[in-house]
Amino acid sequence: MVATAFALTRGTIAIDWTTLFVPGTDQAMQTTALLELRLPRVLLALLIGAVLAQAGAVTQALFRNPLAEPGLIGVSAGAALAAAIVFTRLDGRLGGLAAWQGVLLPVAAFAGGLLAAVTVLRLSQRDGVTRMTTMLLAGTAINAFVAAIVGLLSTTADDSGLRGFTLWMYGNLGRAGWNEIAIVGPVLLILLLWLPREARALDALLLGDAEALHLGVPVERLKRRILIAVVLATAAAVSLAGIIGFVGLIVPHALRLIVGPGHRLLLPASALAGALLLVLADTAARTLATPAEWPVGALTSAIGAPFFLFLLLRLRDRAGLS
Amino acid sequence: MTLAAVHAGYGVRGRRLIDDASLVLLPGQLHVLLGPNGAGKSTLLRLLAGDLKPDGGQVLLDDRPLSAWPSAALARRRSVMMQREDLPFPFRVDDVVTLGRLPWQRSAEAPAEQAIIAAALAEAGAAGLAGRRYNELSGGERARVQLARALVQISAPDDREARYLLLDEPTASLDFAFQHHCLLTMRRLAARGVGVLAILQDPNLALRHADTVSLIERGRIIAHGLPNEVLAPDRLSTLYGLTIDAVRGPTGAICQLFATGAARSVA
Repeated sequence: MVATAFALTRGTIAIDWTTLFVPGTDQAMQTTALLELRLPRVLLALLIGAVLAQAGAVTQALFRNPLAEPGLIGVSAGAALAAAIVFTRLDGRLGGLAAWQGVLLPVAAFAGGLLAAVTVLRLSQRDGVTRMTTMLLAGTAINAFVAAIVGLLSTTADDSGLRGFTLWMYGNLGRAGWNEIAIVGPVLLILLLWLPREARALDALLLGDAEALHLGVPVERLKRRILIAVVLATAAAVSLAGIIGFVGLIVPHALRLIVGPGHRLLLPASALAGALLLVLADTAARTLATPAEWPVGALTSAIGAPFFLFLLLRLRDRAGLS
Repeated sequence: MTLAAVHAGYGVRGRRLIDDASLVLLPGQLHVLLGPNGAGKSTLLRLLAGDLKPDGGQVLLDDRPLSAWPSAALARRRSVMMQREDLPFPFRVDDVVTLGRLPWQRSAEAPAEQAIIAAALAEAGAAGLAGRRYNELSGGERARVQLARALVQISAPDDREARYLLLDEPTASLDFAFQHHCLLTMRRLAARGVGVLAILQDPNLALRHADTVSLIERGRIIAHGLPNEVLAPDRLSTLYGLTIDAVRGPTGAICQLFATGAARSVA
């Protein structure tokens, strides 16, 4: 709550709560900035942060692997490829129409993310069984392949396209308005509320697939439902905000240290912490270099990478990694 | 009321892991599966558990195929302890055991549930481990916690239905005392009407504690019946490729089996 209020008041246009609702000279501008620009952006940061962190926690449970994150399934890579095509192939031809791009980019990124993820899911299913190790490897291969194409595309791109794509790759919440929230918000909210209902089944899944099955968990159905939810959530988040790294990886780990590995507490706690991290990172992104903006994904990763290394070094002994 | 494999078969990529196996597990009985490594003991147990589906024959609980049972209802009737014991995240022992209550859909904080969990921990010889982190336990300690988890899954205060417990080498990493403790626990459960099926490696444990024994060789059940009849030294010698002899009591019953000759030639 405090972070949200703080985030709302900071920015290129300073907003003072004490004068906001008092008739004054720049009151109209403040209200506009608050309602039309900042409020949707902060709401979106809360939603996306929460969804990414929760998607990360359930992905780690599905893979029984503390290093898993939603990007492994190929969503981010597919979305990045679609965005690269929009920026480097279509941008010039359409004269860089901002309004046109505002619709095409999220739609293309969403579709690209889904396409890549569905490819990975199909590759890892055989005889009606989803094989998580195959998925891990298939995801890695698809990610590498897509990265190669993105690399080729960017060598042939012009400067403005390349710049647009690079900024997109590091995440930006500035493109969001009320329309985007109206479309994506309900989906993200439903996922946020649904995933914690599967908390006990996810706990059981950590014992192993066969063990969960013995406990009466419909393992295959649960896996598919959750994978679809993770893919949808991540694709929606990436299509609006670009790639925001490390929230899905570090937040669940940090919270496991605090509330333990049980999903009944871990999922809501991760959602809260993810929302908090992204709102703060976004506030920092748009205030530290006013009037320019830092890419928010770079900030979450800049905080995230060292923290993750710290976790890795600590986990190494406990998990018996060599 | 039984859990039964009827001419059940199972193969992977053309290899028959289980071939035409029939076995009936009765409530109140301790049945032991014995056989060389790779004979198909675990596969048969997984067919009986329902996580593998037979590609020939049937596996029935109360005359109804396992695949026709709703998963939660099946989970309340039979529980399984597998050999795997690792967990990717540091759960506490009581959390792991509480997971066994998942199919009952009750609040874990209820006093009745807490009593069930405490009783199972004691029965499995894991009462002293309750507050510990699972990942920090030794292999034998983990096995006791997994046994407790399997026990709470089939604990019901007013029991009208027969329940079944399937154990894949429950004694594998236990010390001498806990092996004994584990077999006594199985006997107590059987006395309470639970049908217990256990894979063991030591024929002497089967001889001493089992009601019935099945011998498995290359996916087929080659003998089954009373321990003293099935575990004949001649038959075991052929099965394991090892000269096995027996100490017999005054009535001719086998008291102890031991290996005497050279081990089988490893080709």
